[in-house]
Amino acid sequence: MLERIGVRSIDDLFAVVPEVARLARPLALPAGQSEVELAEHLLSIAARNTGAGAAVSFLGGGCYDHYIPAIVDAVLSKPAFFTAYTPYQPEVSQGTLQAIYEYQSMVCQLTGMEVSNASMYDGATAFAEAALMAARVTKRREVVVSAAVHPEWRETLATYASAGALEVRVVPASGGVSDVAALTDAVSRRTAAVLVASPTFYGTIEDIPAIASGAHTQGALLVVGGNPVLLGVMQPPGELGADIVVAEGQPLGNPMSFGGPGLGMFACRQDHVRQMPGRVVGKTTDVDGKIGFVLTFSTREQHIRREKATSNICSNHALNALAAGVYLSAVGAHGLAGIAEACIAKAHHLEAALVGTGRFERVFDAPFGYEFTLRFRGEVRAMQEHLLGRGFLAGLDLGAFDTTDAGLVCFAVTEKRTRAQLDSFVQEVAQL
Amino acid sequence: MTSPSEQPALTGTLIFDLGSDDSRCVEPPVLDVPPIPLDEVLGASRRSAPALPHVTEVDIARHYERLASTNFGVDSGFYPLGSCTMKYNPKINEWACRLPGFADLHPYQPASTVQGALELMWGLQEALAEVSGLPAVTLQPAAGAHGELAGLLAIRAYHTDRGDARTRVLVPDSAHGTNPATVAMCGYEAVQVPSDERGGVDLGALRRLLGTDVAAIMLTNPNTLGLFDENILAITAAAHEAGALAYCDGANLNAILGKTRPGDMGFDALHINLHKTFSTPHGGGGPGAGPVAVTDTLAPYLPGPLVARDTDGRFSLADPARSIGRMRSFLGNFGVLVRAYTYIRATGADGLTDVAEQAVLSANYLKVLLHEAWPLPYDRTCMHEFVLSGSRLRKEHGVRTLDVAKRLLDYGIHPPTVYFPLIVDEALMIEPTETESKATLDRFAAVLLRIAEEAAEDPGLLQAAPYTTPVRRLDEAAAIKQPDLAWRPSPDS
Repeated sequence: MLERIGVRSIDDLFAVVPEVARLARPLALPAGQSEVELAEHLLSIAARNTGAGAAVSFLGGGCYDHYIPAIVDAVLSKPAFFTAYTPYQPEVSQGTLQAIYEYQSMVCQLTGMEVSNASMYDGATAFAEAALMAARVTKRREVVVSAAVHPEWRETLATYASAGALEVRVVPASGGVSDVAALTDAVSRRTAAVLVASPTFYGTIEDIPAIASGAHTQGALLVVGGNPVLLGVMQPPGELGADIVVAEGQPLGNPMSFGGPGLGMFACRQDHVRQMPGRVVGKTTDVDGKIGFVLTFSTREQHIRREKATSNICSNHALNALAAGVYLSAVGAHGLAGIAEACIAKAHHLEAALVGTGRFERVFDAPFGYEFTLRFRGEVRAMQEHLLGRGFLAGLDLGAFDTTDAGLVCFAVTEKRTRAQLDSFVQEVAQL
Repeated sequence: MTSPSEQPALTGTLIFDLGSDDSRCVEPPVLDVPPIPLDEVLGASRRSAPALPHVTEVDIARHYERLASTNFGVDSGFYPLGSCTMKYNPKINEWACRLPGFADLHPYQPASTVQGALELMWGLQEALAEVSGLPAVTLQPAAGAHGELAGLLAIRAYHTDRGDARTRVLVPDSAHGTNPATVAMCGYEAVQVPSDERGGVDLGALRRLLGTDVAAIMLTNPNTLGLFDENILAITAAAHEAGALAYCDGANLNAILGKTRPGDMGFDALHINLHKTFSTPHGGGGPGAGPVAVTDTLAPYLPGPLVARDTDGRFSLADPARSIGRMRSFLGNFGVLVRAYTYIRATGADGLTDVAEQAVLSANYLKVLLHEAWPLPYDRTCMHEFVLSGSRLRKEHGVRTLDVAKRLLDYGIHPPTVYFPLIVDEALMIEPTETESKATLDRFAAVLLRIAEEAAEDPGLLQAAPYTTPVRRLDEAAAIKQPDLAWRPSPDS
């Protein structure tokens, strides 16, 4: 090959690199390992972690230990899906494209919206992009966000806003939910969007219609963050006045994987599609009249519109969206509702039992789904450490996120938690 | 509903068309606690069930097998998609990220229970710092463009901290579209810098544009023509003299692994596409990961949390002092990070240098096989990729680069990137990567030469291609004119 190129050595090909910029030594990295050594190394690292299989987990806060049907990974493991690039050549990408179209359709069904994109990075970035989109739609730049929204979503929004495109006003929560009166008061003709999540960070369910009317009276859009499993039984935000619905899609067939990759679900109204960020797939026909799918409305995107694009997003989370599509196909509406009901029933059972021990007390009256917040009568970290020793990840210490929430613990209960696990956890708590 | 006598079509049969109302795959668990009246606890519960598919596991297995058979991935064949580094994705990466000790971890577990995961992330931070020549690394960004945003926001915070409000970012005309889009998202004005006749940044023009209002220059090196900018040291020095910082788009890092490092070229910040250089699969569009490496000066501004190794050898999470804040929830695309870490450990120090050498050798070999038949606007030693022009075919035979790309599909080859970079007419951007054999490169060259002959013999043949794909050319205009972005149940069902 060198001869054909007309050079004597590979180094000649790098002659263009200025001498002083050349790396004159080997990279200071370990030598390569054979596969058998490498597997051993990785197993030993993985063994230094306590996974969900080794401890009974009540951790949630946007990432949930749901059961993943075996068929999901069987589909995801097909190389034709996971080794493909973005479907820019639709003639050889119908698998990816149709799977995304089906995913988009399912997201519309769950959220009650007309259009879904092909996915964003995660719930937090979908939330921030929703605020930016609302600013484009309304040509306003102030957004009002409820403090009941996940703090990491609010921080991500603040980061995206920090370059000056948005002014963010945070309205304190009250009783573990948004303070509807305060939110409404904060909205003016300058407000592009009101942003809330239901369930909230505390697990509570919001009064979306009341919040919607406060936003819409002033011409602002309403952005609602949701949980896709609960959307199997809750009235869809789209029917309650939401203009953009976002969610962390991890619960739909994606492993927790230490928090990523999940996926950002993003759905809006057809009228706003040209302001939507990210890729979207549409149905069409080929020259022979055969049904086929293509990426469409691409003139919104960075590879065409460059600095005038609706977002800089390029890579999305297509494989995670595929997982969500397979998951929703596997469980169906009946199964999703059953899973949501199981989670909700188990969460309510545990909540009552924990309060019954006298070690926890109720602090909020608002309804909740499968996550709930209680106050611990004692030192939270000591309690969690003790229970970790007994094999339990005893909920989220909300004081670690915001000192004003010190003493509050948020528990998530998925369908994977058995009655026996709940009962033995309650027993341990009673003995604290 | 598909009738019993009908086979589902290879394409276009939706999962919603399969099964019947009582088809089930996975049943929810039997409730072992008392049921709860949903209307009471949720207030507003659903009035009607969402119209999700109702199918059996067999239906699902066959549906997605059908869809997969219409898809082209790296395992299907040669995928010389320029700028995307479609190298082979080793299977051990997939095994590693699925280990329960990684896949079943919750991001809010106490640090004491995730020491292995933090150690892996720390090891990856260290390796990326070494490869980039930039000491501080955040693994948080979810993709290249997300990394660009993080890097540029850090640069913005640096200037703001110095009380030096700057308003513009210089971007070459050969840049990826994400670059100017990111600049705009950061509230800066994107100013285009022309390329010179050798395909590099026009240094004179750059110097004229550099002023006290310029926050940064944003560069890809090697650039999108596959050319290493010989003036790179002068370019970054000129930026620094003007008080601007130099941002490197790391999309093309594969070409220089172990040979030279962005930090040594004078760059202050770099994002690294793990889904390109470090072999994590593209997933049909994602997920990727876009870690950002920066100088000590920019380190305090990185998005947190980063993994730190404490004096007792334990690992913990910490936010940099002047952090721009979070870019997303949780810690990053950990599943992607595990794959990249696995690749780096498998490949090792020497192996990574070999990667760059083989990638550059393959590209130059392929270029030599093709450059007589296909005009090459910037014909000099390339790095990992090169850009041909289809202008002659267009002029002489009325055949466009798009037609060439579609004809390649009939030969079982994924087309190169087309119509990019924008500064090359009818561009075909070819990146073979180091994982392809000489035989594959020879066959690709032979096919491309044959297609050039076909263009002369029968332009119509190319203009109507492809013929052998699951669907043929699709009506993109109709997709916009009558948008159908989601399936809906028919009103009578």
